Amino acid sequence: MELERVVVSSSPHLRSPATVPVLMRDVVVALVPAALAGIVFFGYNALLLTVASVVAAVAAEAAYQKVAGKEVSVGDWSAVITGILVAFNVPPSAPLWLPVVGSAFAIVVVKQLFGGIGSNFVNPALAARAFLVASWPAHMTRWTSPFDAVSTATPLVTMGSGEVPAYADMFLGNIAGCVGETSALALLIGAGYLLARRVIDWRIPGAYLGTVSVLSWILGPRGIFTGDPLAHLLAGGLLLGAFFMATDYVTSPVTKKGRLYMGIGCGILTVLIRLYGGFPEGVSYSILLMNLATPLIDKFTGPRVFGHAK
Amino acid sequence: MTEHVEAVTFPGGIHPPYRKSYTKDKAVERAGEPEVVVIPLHQHTGAPNEAQVAVGDEVRVGQVIGATDAFVSAPVHSSVSGKVKAIELGPHPAMGAKVMSVVIESDGTETLHDSVKPRGDYSDMSPDDVKTIIRDSGIVGLGGAAFPTAVKVSPPKDKPIDTYLLNGAECEPYLTSDHRLMVERADEVVYGLRVLMHASGTPRAVVCVEDNKPDAIAALKKAVAGLENIEVTALHTKYPQGSEKHLIKAVLSREVPTGGLPFHVGVMVSNAGTAVAVSDAFQKGMPLIERVVTVTGSIVKEPRNLLAKIGTRFGDLIEECGGLTGKPSKVLMGGPMMGIAQYTLEVPVIKGTSGILVLSEEEADFGPTVPCVKCARCVDVCPVSLLPLFLAAYSERKMYDMAEASNALDCIECGCCSYVCPARRPLVHAIRVAKAEIMQKKRREMQAAKK
Repeated sequence: MELERVVVSSSPHLRSPATVPVLMRDVVVALVPAALAGIVFFGYNALLLTVASVVAAVAAEAAYQKVAGKEVSVGDWSAVITGILVAFNVPPSAPLWLPVVGSAFAIVVVKQLFGGIGSNFVNPALAARAFLVASWPAHMTRWTSPFDAVSTATPLVTMGSGEVPAYADMFLGNIAGCVGETSALALLIGAGYLLARRVIDWRIPGAYLGTVSVLSWILGPRGIFTGDPLAHLLAGGLLLGAFFMATDYVTSPVTKKGRLYMGIGCGILTVLIRLYGGFPEGVSYSILLMNLATPLIDKFTGPRVFGHAK
Repeated sequence: MTEHVEAVTFPGGIHPPYRKSYTKDKAVERAGEPEVVVIPLHQHTGAPNEAQVAVGDEVRVGQVIGATDAFVSAPVHSSVSGKVKAIELGPHPAMGAKVMSVVIESDGTETLHDSVKPRGDYSDMSPDDVKTIIRDSGIVGLGGAAFPTAVKVSPPKDKPIDTYLLNGAECEPYLTSDHRLMVERADEVVYGLRVLMHASGTPRAVVCVEDNKPDAIAALKKAVAGLENIEVTALHTKYPQGSEKHLIKAVLSREVPTGGLPFHVGVMVSNAGTAVAVSDAFQKGMPLIERVVTVTGSIVKEPRNLLAKIGTRFGDLIEECGGLTGKPSKVLMGGPMMGIAQYTLEVPVIKGTSGILVLSEEEADFGPTVPCVKCARCVDVCPVSLLPLFLAAYSERKMYDMAEASNALDCIECGCCSYVCPARRPLVHAIRVAKAEIMQKKRREMQAAKK
């Protein structure tokens, strides 16, 4: 018996079943409940925005890679995630071209021009959101109530003047806000799926939400320890950001300690912007700023190596 | 007897599919007598042996055919009786290059050499006499590194050893050779361990077995019944639990310092199979001429645990298991995590051959390598707490100084990082390259300093 054409490679000769497309597809699956909630509360336009955004993201990636003579890698599902997240970050009344432009910007400028998957230094969907807010502020801040689409303000705006919506409405998503951010229930279902499937680690969302809870409670409107942490957790884009954006592999620290710092940093910035900043919401800018700090955090949070002094 | 910490485990590591059910309940069977054996003269870590026989010589089972005076070495013996056909470069399953080997044609009579007779009671001997017998019997660590056992049990005088750990973790998927030895020959495992304790002057020992082998644990507990200074501990089943540093960490909560060896923390570690070889050397006078090899894989017709003579071709053992039922894509010596891929079935079983694993095409294909997405899975599983993605990136960019500063030399090459990498990047391979470059630079610096 003799061997012909065997593979001779270095160990290990076994691999875990989780590949990049498998992980990315899991994230897409985890975002489905929030997408459905957006469609239930904001109607047909939410569905159109999401589909258009995803198509734009995938098409932009394929087109750029074709033009640049690179291998087309849309099969890894990462552009689909970006597309969904961009749509989730625009108001439900937005025109269709808004997330389309946002997704194209996210994929081409933020991701591909910096080297493609794994090389972007900020979260593409969040950078696109910041770009859209700066370019079309009116479109990005026109809020409508669920079901009847009447112009209204988001809970974070009313909370500033002491008006908090019913917790149940905030939990279910029956409040004004972006397409995919309002339903805490749907986002938590997706988050639970990602944690159970070990796609994400608890540290970033845990530290983020914990920090926001404590700080928003301490820095209350009527002196210290008078805040409403539950309202802060349920309002705005916090749950979407904490579980689906701050946990972006590429732009968050790789060390366990670093992930805690990332979460804490995001939490501090979010509360400071919400309470004292020029915007009612601070999640996206907090995560973007911590994205920039990520290489530094990684550099200074390397774990103690086995057999080295404590 | 001091209390040892209840076997926790160590941080990091993975739970690969174990796939031991192919062979774990199959008793060890003696492989058929090979017609020809090809015995490499170099089968251990250390100095190579010189041939002690010439072409045309008649040799017998247990006769020394290769030896050297170098301290870090172990002689090799003939595993058959017959005639030396050639002394030539032959294929070697662990070294890339061909190695001087003695080719012996068996006469099938298995006539023993005069030197093969029981050695008497070890406890009447001085530790040095015991070490001499261990050395003369060609015994090396059978767990993988093949380090000469007589050298291992001779730690520096200023390093007292308080605990001997017998490593029966066998954390590599597929492999069951140690498992079967512990079940079937538990008394010899313990006897060999007591010889090793006597040689090294170690007062107590812990036999460590992963808790996925309850039958081995039960057999060993029976074998140590009534012995005050030896206990059996169940380890959490996790790869790489068999790494000696992690075994020490799990059982004794001690950390071998970077660049150090177990004796730096008062511990000595040997593999369970090594203990059986020691037992045979004393109770039967038989040097290390055969070992249990797990021949397994989904396309091996009838996977088995075979007691094979050193020098038997891989191909012969696979034939003995009924051959293959599909097209092989990889043939490994050892397990899937740290095993070595072979390019030919002509390679012989050597002292360090714990298994022969055949993988099918779909088992050996992991899909394309894509860019790292910084998912940090490699960081979470690294049992040494390194940052494999950065080490590999430094290595790929030839930034070996950065790799060294990031503790690349502490890598134990267990492969957990590559196993979990969803981008299918060859992380441990890249780190190995960096380690080799760093070591070479260090050697050059040493030589320059000498001049």
